[in-house]
Parts: sequence; C-alpha cells; structure tokens
Amino acid sequence: MADLVAHGAARGDGHGSAEAHSPDLKHHFDNMTQQFDAANLGMWVFLATEVLFFGGLFASYTVYRSLYLPGFEIGSHLLDVRFGAANTAVLICSSLTMALAIRAAQTGQRNAQVVLLVLTMILGAAFLGIKFTFEWRNDYLEHLVPGVNFTYRPEWGANAPHVQMFFVFYFIMTSIHALHMIIGIGLLSVLAWMAARGRFSPEYYTPLEVSGLYWHFVDIVWIFLFPLLYLIGGRYGMGGGH
Amino acid sequence: MSTAVTEIPQDSRVHYLNVSYGVKSWLLTVDHKRIALLYLGSITFMFLVGGVAAVLMRIHLIEPAGALVQPETYNKLFSAHGIIMVFFFLVPSIPATLGNFLVPLMIGAKDLAFPKLNLLSWYIYVVGALFTLYAVISGGVDTGWTFYTPYSSTYSHSAVIPVAIGVFITGFSSILTGLNFIVTIHKMRAPGLTWFRLPLFIWTMYATSVIFILGTPVLAITIFLLGVERLFHVGIFDPALGGDPLLFQHLFWFYSHPAVYIMILPGMGVVSELIAAFSRKRIYGYTFVAYSSFAIAIISFLVWGHHMFVTGQSIYAGLIFSVLSFLVAIPSAIKVFNWTATLYKGSISYEAPMLYALGFIGLFTMGGLTGLFLASLATDVHLSGTYFIVAHFHYIMVGGAVMAYMGGLHYWWPKITGRMYPDMWARVAAVIIFVGFNLTFFPQFMLGYLGMPRRYAVYPPEFQVFNVMSSAGASILGIGYLIPLVYFIWSMRYGPIAPANPWKAKGLEWTVPSPPPTENFEETPIVTEEAYNYAPIPEGQHG
Amino acid sequence: MNAAIHQFTANLLAASLPIHPPTASTIGQGVDYLYFFLTGITLFFTILIFSIIFYFMVKYHRRSDDELPGFVGTSAMLEITWTLIPVLICAGIFVWASYLYFENSRPPNASMEMFVVGKQWMWHIQHPEGPREINELHVPVGVPVKLTMTSEDVIHDFSIPAFRIKKDVLPGRYSSIWFQATKTGIYHFYCAQYCGTDHARMIGWVYVMTADDYAGWLSGGVRGESMAQNGERLFTQLGCITCHVADNTGLCPTLVGVFNHPVKLKDGRTVVADDAYLRNAIVNPNSNPLPNYAPVMPSFQGQINEEQLLQLIAYIKSLGPEERKSAGK
Repeated sequence: MADLVAHGAARGDGHGSAEAHSPDLKHHFDNMTQQFDAANLGMWVFLATEVLFFGGLFASYTVYRSLYLPGFEIGSHLLDVRFGAANTAVLICSSLTMALAIRAAQTGQRNAQVVLLVLTMILGAAFLGIKFTFEWRNDYLEHLVPGVNFTYRPEWGANAPHVQMFFVFYFIMTSIHALHMIIGIGLLSVLAWMAARGRFSPEYYTPLEVSGLYWHFVDIVWIFLFPLLYLIGGRYGMGGGH
Repeated sequence: MSTAVTEIPQDSRVHYLNVSYGVKSWLLTVDHKRIALLYLGSITFMFLVGGVAAVLMRIHLIEPAGALVQPETYNKLFSAHGIIMVFFFLVPSIPATLGNFLVPLMIGAKDLAFPKLNLLSWYIYVVGALFTLYAVISGGVDTGWTFYTPYSSTYSHSAVIPVAIGVFITGFSSILTGLNFIVTIHKMRAPGLTWFRLPLFIWTMYATSVIFILGTPVLAITIFLLGVERLFHVGIFDPALGGDPLLFQHLFWFYSHPAVYIMILPGMGVVSELIAAFSRKRIYGYTFVAYSSFAIAIISFLVWGHHMFVTGQSIYAGLIFSVLSFLVAIPSAIKVFNWTATLYKGSISYEAPMLYALGFIGLFTMGGLTGLFLASLATDVHLSGTYFIVAHFHYIMVGGAVMAYMGGLHYWWPKITGRMYPDMWARVAAVIIFVGFNLTFFPQFMLGYLGMPRRYAVYPPEFQVFNVMSSAGASILGIGYLIPLVYFIWSMRYGPIAPANPWKAKGLEWTVPSPPPTENFEETPIVTEEAYNYAPIPEGQHG
Repeated sequence: MNAAIHQFTANLLAASLPIHPPTASTIGQGVDYLYFFLTGITLFFTILIFSIIFYFMVKYHRRSDDELPGFVGTSAMLEITWTLIPVLICAGIFVWASYLYFENSRPPNASMEMFVVGKQWMWHIQHPEGPREINELHVPVGVPVKLTMTSEDVIHDFSIPAFRIKKDVLPGRYSSIWFQATKTGIYHFYCAQYCGTDHARMIGWVYVMTADDYAGWLSGGVRGESMAQNGERLFTQLGCITCHVADNTGLCPTLVGVFNHPVKLKDGRTVVADDAYLRNAIVNPNSNPLPNYAPVMPSFQGQINEEQLLQLIAYIKSLGPEERKSAGK
C-alpha cells in the first residue's frame, strides 16, 4: 500500500508560487491552467448536450419536412427572408464583437472589453427585436401562430395541416433559440459588469472564454436554422421546386 | 497489510461529517461527499415511494379481477412506479451517491471539477422530484413511464404536464452530473494516474457520463414536444393533422434505451471493484473490461428500434436494430467472463458486498440472456408487450443494478460513515433479497411466454398461480430491503468504528481515513502502480 | 395405476400451472423451437457461470486474513475465444430468428381478409361477407387469414399468443398480420399496447372452426350486408357517386379497376392504389394531386369512422379486377 501513495509535492507544472496563490484559483484545483482547461472542457461538454437537444428538434423537423415538402415550402415562403438574413448578419457581427472582447481581455484592455461586450449585447438584443417585433408580430397579425390563431387559407388546399406543422416547428425552434439568446444576453450583462470592475486580465478571463463559446454556439444554431426554415423550396428558381 | 494511518478516537478527528453542523452547512455544502449523502437520502426516499407503488400493485394482482383498486388507479400505480424508479431512483442511484462520493477520492482529487454545479444538480433533482410527487398526489398520471402518444398527448385525462415537467427538470440534474464527471476524470487525475491505471468504477462512471450527456437532452426535447402537443394540440404526434405518433417513440427510445445502460454500467463498475477487493486480485482482462464499458455506451445509442419491432416499422429497420442489439450483448458477456475469471486463484471472502456482487453476476447473466429472446425478431413478436419484458428488465434493473448498488453501499459504508454495519445481518438480508427477487420475477417469464400482456389491471384466471407466486416473492423481497434500512441507520450511531481500510483493499479511497477529511487528501498522492495491484505485475506481462 | 397418476398430474398441471401456451398456428412451432433453443442457451450459460463461480468460491476461499494471491496474467487468447464464441452464437440466433421473421411477415397469396378496428376499449371485426363481431374473431382452420387493422383513437396492439403473432394497431394508418390456424378451438386475443383505463379489458376470443362450421357461421345469424354492399350505400349517401362516375365522365376519375392499379401523380411519381392510398384519398384528398384533375374533392375526415372507411374501400375493391398480390403488405 505504501507504494501506491508516494507523499510528494503538490502537483504542478512548474508555475511559480505566485500562481499557486492566485486569488482566482479555486481550492480544489492545483493551478490556473488546470482550472482554465477544466472550465473550457466543461463548456464544450455542455455544448455537446445542446447539440443533442437541438438535434432532436432538427431530426423531427427533417422527418416532417421530407414527408410534407409542399406544405413546408408554402410555410417557408410565408417567412420574410430579409429579416432572416438581417438576423444572420447581426449574429455573425455579434460573434465578432464577442471574440474581440476576449481578445481585449487577453491584451489587458479594460475599456475595450466593456465596449465590445456591450456591443455584443446590443446586437443580440437587435436580433431579438427583429424577431419579436417584426417577424413574430407579423405572423400573429397574419394568423400564422399555431395553437393561438392559426387559420387555414383556401389556397393551401390539402397542404394546410402541413403548413401548420411547419409553423409549429418554426415557432418551437426559434423560441428555444431565442431563449438561449436571452440567457446569453443575461450572461453578457454580468460579464460586462465584471469587466467594468476590472475583474478580467490576461491571467484570468475564463468566464469570458466559456461564455464566448456559448455565444458562438448559439450563433451557429441560427446558421443552421436560417437555411432550414427560410430558404427551402426553390424560391429563387433554382431547380424549379419539386 | 497494515494501514498507514494511526487510528485516532473518532471524537477528536475532524472529518467531512463533523467539520460543521447545522442544516445550512448541509444545504449549502459544496463538498462532494456531503452532496452524495444528500442524494442518498433523497433517492432512498423516492425508492420507498416507488416501492410502495410496487407493493400495492402486487397485492392487487393476487386476484384475476383485481384485489385492491380500480383499473384507473392501478394504471396510475404502475405509471408512478415506473417513472419514480427509472428517473428518480435507478438513473441517479449509483452515479449521484457512490459516484459523487468516490470519483474524486479514487482519482486523488480534492473535489469534483465544479462543486457548486454539483450542489445545483442536487437541487434540480429535488425540484423535479417535488413536481412529480405533486403530480402523483394530485391524481397521478396513467400513461406509463413511456408516455406513448397519442394517448398521452390527446386522450389521457391525467396529470401528464406536471410529471413531464418534473422529469424534464430532473434530466438536467443528470446532465450536470455527467458533465462534472467527464471534466473531473479528464483534468483532475493525480500524477501518475494514467487512463489504464484507473479503477474500473471510474471507467464506467465515464462511460455512463457520456450517455448522460448525449442521451438526456433528447429526452428533454421529446418531453417538450409532448408538452406542446398536449397543451396546444397542433398535430406534432396527431395523425389527423399529419403528425406521426411513432415519431414520439423513436425520440423517446433514442434516450431511453441508452438510459438503461446508464442504469447498469455503474453497477458493473461497482461489481468490478467488489470482485477485485473480495478476491484480492486484479480484475482479469482489465483492458478488455475497460473498453467494454465504452463499447456498451456507444452501441447503446444504436439499438433503440428494438423497442419498436411490432410497431410496423420496416422489417429492414428491424433487421438492423436486431443485429446491433445482439452486438451490444457481447461486451456485457465479456465482462461476465472476466469477473468470473478473476476469482480463479484468488483469495475469496464472502462478506455481504461479495454476496451482492456474485448475485449480480448470476442474475445479470440471466437477465442479459433473456434479452437475446427480445433481440431475436421472431420471438420478440410473441414476447413483446408481455410480462416476459417486465421480467427481463427487472432481472437487470433489480437483480443487477439494485444488487450492485446494495453491494457498493455496503462496501463503501465504512468509508462514508466511519462505521461498520453488522455483516451477519447483511448477509442474511442479501440472501433474502436474492430469494425474494427470483420468486417475484421468474414466474413473470412464464406469464409472458403464456401471453399475459403487461400493464393489465385484471387478467384471465389461468394466470393466477404465477401471479400469486410473484406477489409472494415480492413480500419477501420487500422484507429483504427493509432490513438494511434498519441496520444502516442503526450503524450510524452504534456500529463499530471503522478503520481506514477495513477490507484491506487497493484503491486511493482506502488510503484516507474513514470518514475522509473534507479536502480528501492532505497531500496529492502520486500514483506509481496499476489498479488492483494486489500482486505486482511481473516484467513483460500485462494485467 | 401409474398411468392414472400421470394423467392426474398432467391435468393438475394443465389446470393450475400452465407452462406452455397452445400452439395453434403454422408459424407457432418454428417460433417455439427458437424459444426453446434460447431457453437452453440461457440455462446453459447461467448454470455454467453459476457453477464456475461456486467452484471457485469454494476452492479459493480465503484461508487467512492476510492471504494475498499471486499474479495471474490475462490471456489474450482466452479473451478472444470467449468473445468469438458468443459472437458466433449470436450470429446464428440472429440469422435463424430473422429468417423466421421474414417468413412470418409475408402473407401467402389468396389469404382470406378480415378487418379489425380497435378503439378504446373494444375490438370491432368485420368480415368482407358482412358479419361483424365485437371482441370475437371467427376464422376457419387451415386457411391463411390476413387481418388489416387500424385504430380509431390511440395505439393498440392485436395479440394472439396461441398463434405467436401480434402487431401494433395505429390511428391514421393500416397495419396487417396474417396467420393460418392449425387447430380448432378457442384462443385468447389481447390488446398488448397500453391504451388507457380499460386496456386490460380489451380482450376477446378467436374461434377457430372447421371450414363447414365457418361457412355455416357466416351465413347464419342476422343477415346483414357485406362490407362492399355497405360501402356502396355509403358511396351514394356521401355523394361520392356524383363525381366519381363509372364511365369517367364526371369531375373525378372513375374508380372502376383502380384498386391495386398504378396511379401516376401530378409530381411525376407513380404509386399503387392500395388500401392505404385509398384511405388517404378519402380523408386527405388532394394531398397527392393527379394530373388533369382539379383538386376539388372535399375531405371526409371526421364524417366517417374507420369501419366505414374499410367498407368504402371494400366497395372500391369490388369494382376492380381480381385482387392482385399486393407487394409486401
């Protein structure tokens, strides 16, 4: 038994005592590198769960789309692709500002951090604004909200229930995505406040890093949602539809 | 082998149990060991609730026309039993109690990677459990734990939404636990502790965590879609509106099949530890057993369709799921053979943990082999939806997972509480459980072959004899479970004080005092030898 | 004396402790052989493992508190052997079971057809000649019978253990199973997919009769109309006849000869007009538009139940040529 446990020095990878006593080092970690790596891996694992979560939704959507393409095309054409495209651009920019915010932390620029984080929040809010006040409001006014006021239109014919199915998935997918955006904006507000108080430095910016991962993920989900929802069905004459 | 630590009288040594007192110190703890005990209390409570449902069911089934309740109540009882036992007992049991307690200790770490997240996991579990208990009290749900549509989405008049919310919430508890374990095992192993020096329990915790991460989210979205359909009736699973009720089943079983491996893999990990400790030998074929855990986790995601052979899915899909289901049986068989081979030329003792481990091997073998009947397409047609299925999964869940859990609780009890339980009573209880279990569930194989469907509140009279046998066995099984409840509680006050290593076993957890101090290790251990290094491995050989 | 005791014991066992269900269909014995083989494998390996464990437990039981056994290395050869043997056994079982399953899933040509509608919590069975039953199914012995089934509400499952068959019965679609009974007698059928409060009471009896008795049963009792005659009545009542004119001069195509005939759709695909197609055409018209016809047919969903749908389809079948073997159904 004595062999099993050699009483040695605390494990470390050569960092000096200054790091071992960093105020940000949590007691159960040995050094900041280990702590940072653990946080990173934790967020990646969490994102894996999110992939499976959205994946179940995407799989169901795919099943119904392959069964009911005509109805889904009708539904997709009823969405405004301009808003969708604008939202895509907004989100991509927000990922840029987020990445730049992390870079600012890595280079010790406190003001830039705060500005960029706030910019990211504004872009996120813009996304939500476009979605809620333009797209969803329009859908409500046009009686396209299933379970609330969805009304079949005669020109849909037999495809009507499938148009509704499209909108069921449209609303579920975009609202779950929006929920993740809202959580993300909340996270960002906390981060912006922390950054303003000088919490982050080149030695410690872990919360920014993992939140950045989360934010980019939410962005990527939208990159998938946009073509799946807005761009199906030969609207631009490519291939001619069916 | 003498212990490295001099025994100090219990009162004067500070450890994780007496370092602070008071409800707040427990409810706001971030110590993985205390969180493990919080889980132990909650899941034991849920086990008792689910157990009461089972007792009522078995009493009711003594008579063909039903001895106790109306069919509607019976349907709610079996639903409550399944939901509580699966989601609130079996899924968290070993990972959240033994896993939480042991993972840091076994790898030489001071805690899990995210201690606060760990506490949050417990609170999420409790909130989910409260939702479900509320639903049970306010009338219950009668859909079965499988919630098949369109019955659950459109026709049932029961508390589907509260239960669905409860299960949805609790799923996050699993996800966060799995996340914690994966990061901890990757990043916080002691120096020298390479992957293939890890105890096999850690391997199974890791494999189980992979399933937690990848499977549970799909259950979450499935329940979410069910809730939307039930509330808004928009046609997701309603054929009249273009929906497909079978889509629910595919989504549901995509999680729920891997879930059954969540329930058994940790038990296999415990059994590996027990067999090694009580034969004082390295597990035979360590590497093969380690890889098998992984293989089981991965293949488990590919077999969900074997729950749907008679739904009308394409026979080609049936073929594929059938062959994969046979494939997933192989790694389990490899483990059974390796455990058995470990006993060869070992030094075997028969304390209660070992009895549970050996019982596990036998019953899991039987349960697993009856799975072959169900992987076989032609026989599955006859046996699907009958008591054969019920017997099959109870052999694995109860004869396997619960026995492993009991074995692990007994084995690590001295480490967790610093006290020994009375081993003679424990052995008696283990035997009673073994006998009661077989008497309860073996007749159900016969009932299934005869054609008695499951979830039946009343049944034709010719099935009565086996039903009565099963109910008689259940009473014995119930008594068997109550005995440990009594002596474990008794031992916490009156049990003999346990040394650091009462079993003289290998493993980092046995190098710290019983109970351990809050920070586990005074100094980080450095690992220089293989797992289960009872006899050093000669040069040139591999374990 | 011995024979008497033997008979008495057999009777006692049969009466109070049945072990084996009746085997009353052509596929039953094949399934049973596989079942017995699997039982043998289970018993063999369980006993093997238990015996080895017991033997080791006794032979290697700990003799002193400090006893430490020596090192035993892992033999890769042994690992491979006990991996390969189960793989081979499983492969064999898989092939056997799948072959049986394939055989059992294909109804023979010229099966006698009957129609089953499950609803909470009873089974309605219709014979094409007209008789309808509730929770009973009369069939002739020695003749292949195909059951086409659907549900009015939730998912049920029609299970006949004595024939070793079952299949889920789903709303909105047809599923089918077939059997050929080999012994006259009375056998249970059950609902085997949980469907709500009285799931356990959704059971009934299959009456397997000799051909003569069955013919007698068919023609006896209340003389009702055949399914096709009922369907024809519905066809007129619901107004189908106004558009689907027989000589093809109406707004909609004639239905004469359409059953099991290929149909070319507007999107270019060609499908076969089988039971499922016809059902869909009635409840979801215009979902598969035809070239040259305007999509004007109204939906009858909610206006007729599943049994009436089956009667309409039976009528349409009666208009056509002889039923061809439908692919895979």
